Amino acid sequence: MTLARQDVAKVAKLARLALSTEELDRMTAELSQIVGFVAQLEPLDTAAVAPLAHPLETQNVFRDDVPAPSLTTAQALQAAPRHDGECFLVPAVLGESGAA
Amino acid sequence: MQPAELSATEIVAAVRQGDLTAVRCTEAFLDRIARLDGSINAFLHVDREAALATAARIDERRRAGKPIGPLAGLPVAVKDALCTADQPTTCASKMLAGFRPPYDADTVARLRAADAVIVGKTNMDEFAMGGSNENSAFGPVHNPWDLARAPGGSSGGSAACVAADMAPVAIGSDTGGSIRQPAGLCGITGLKPTYGRVSRRGLVAFASSLDQIGPMARSAADCALVLETIAGHDPGDSTSLAADVPHYTELLDQPLAGLRIGRVPEHYAAGLDPEVRAGVDEAFAVFRTAGATIVDVELPHAKYGVPTYYLVAPCEASSNLARYDGAHYGVRAEPGKGVRAEPGKGVRAEPGKGVRAEPGKGVRADEFASPLVEMYCRSRGEGFGPEVKRRIMLGTYALSAGYYDAYYAKALKVRRLIRQDYLEAFERVDLIGGPVSATPAFRLGEKTGDPLAMYLVDLYTVATNLAGVGGISFPCGFTKGGLPIGFQLQGPALAEPTLLRAADRFQRLTDWHTRRPKACA
Repeated sequence: MTLARQDVAKVAKLARLALSTEELDRMTAELSQIVGFVAQLEPLDTAAVAPLAHPLETQNVFRDDVPAPSLTTAQALQAAPRHDGECFLVPAVLGESGAA
Repeated sequence: MQPAELSATEIVAAVRQGDLTAVRCTEAFLDRIARLDGSINAFLHVDREAALATAARIDERRRAGKPIGPLAGLPVAVKDALCTADQPTTCASKMLAGFRPPYDADTVARLRAADAVIVGKTNMDEFAMGGSNENSAFGPVHNPWDLARAPGGSSGGSAACVAADMAPVAIGSDTGGSIRQPAGLCGITGLKPTYGRVSRRGLVAFASSLDQIGPMARSAADCALVLETIAGHDPGDSTSLAADVPHYTELLDQPLAGLRIGRVPEHYAAGLDPEVRAGVDEAFAVFRTAGATIVDVELPHAKYGVPTYYLVAPCEASSNLARYDGAHYGVRAEPGKGVRAEPGKGVRAEPGKGVRAEPGKGVRADEFASPLVEMYCRSRGEGFGPEVKRRIMLGTYALSAGYYDAYYAKALKVRRLIRQDYLEAFERVDLIGGPVSATPAFRLGEKTGDPLAMYLVDLYTVATNLAGVGGISFPCGFTKGGLPIGFQLQGPALAEPTLLRAADRFQRLTDWHTRRPKACA
């Protein structure tokens, strides 16, 4: 199994990961190898098998709809790289890159 | 009486009776950490003053005749994947360097409520991804039995600190073997409970349908003691089990007569080290002596465990790790600048040394849609190490349009087949025994260039997590070179009493678990 470098670059974008040139080269080779390895599941006949996403096949777990203590705003913001005391501050959501 | 020579059970009894103070006990282990950890690197953070202050408060309460908790005075080391409000929690990642969580993990809160003394946070593979501890952003842990070898992973710091008597007990987490495999390679006892037995609230999520917290100690009896405190339902984790928590320590002392232990022929495939095989065979003989019956059982889909795991776990990880976005916590790379760590702490990349947008080559920062997206991508590109990136990439790929059915959905179907094998086997036997790792501890650096070879170290452990059942690993011998050999028992859901009882019986009949590495005398 060989993945194309441009496909790996596309996955990196989906994953919101900036990769250097060297990282992208290495990732392309390593992912190709790993995807080739996991592809050994392919021949198994699973047509009649239901997927198992979780070992506890529980349905919804509910609690009473009453307010309970939660983090304060200050606690929620305490580790933020940037905040103004009320909100997390981030670079511009719209607009071209570098135009911050 | 040297506190470091006592079991957790003995420490708790001695503190309760007033034969040992919590302060003296905590000090003894802190002194060992100060003396030994420079060469082992099991701890990422040790807060001596806070630990001694906690111990002093426990001693005061005892002297005043006030009630003390069931683990009063017991020093415990906690894997750095569990949130501690008073100590940094980094998951051994640059991404979280210096991060202090706003709350304690449920397990940490239960330990504190039981008057255990948290001595520090242990090193691990970054975000618990790895089998050797070499993926830590803060340097590898060295195996106390041979400092040139890996302790296993991802809970390598927790395993090594117990093996070197730097803590009588440590907390680990196990997503595909991360408690059992390092316990095996470091010659200690590690229990991965049934999925949901211990709350995951405050355990930094790796793969939510597989992650489980468990105790690591020098004996099964000590694991039983700690499990009594940390197990139980938590309304804050909707996947935690509501079942009553048995008195594990009181259930240990029952003979094994009539116990059926399965032996899986597939476990003996090529690649199993002959010395490990001999140790495992001898362990079966000990169980036979103890009155157990050994029965061959088949787990026909076990051989698909590793490929199934390396789809399910990375897919869940790629989703869970999306939270590291440079906005809420962790490092941030500002557009046009290097990485900016959280104020006053953590890493700071050299200006211009961050992610370079090389025209036409790498994934260019300037290809991203907005300054916000650029910040996400650069923060994550800088903050995560290579293995974490690999797994995020693999998971994102396997979940992406056009590949979801072929990879993720396929893996979930095989996961059901793997679990079905266990359910059928546990109709015939009470437990399943076998090796925990195919080889003893390998050399640091031996597998770092080959991600796939590293994935195969999880061969005997991943299926337990995929099936959601429990497993325990403990030493069953040593190689001629003096490295521990681990034995693994797996049991059906909520069979912790049987797992602990069988391992405890084995430890009453053998003395492998009492051996100590010479380098750590």
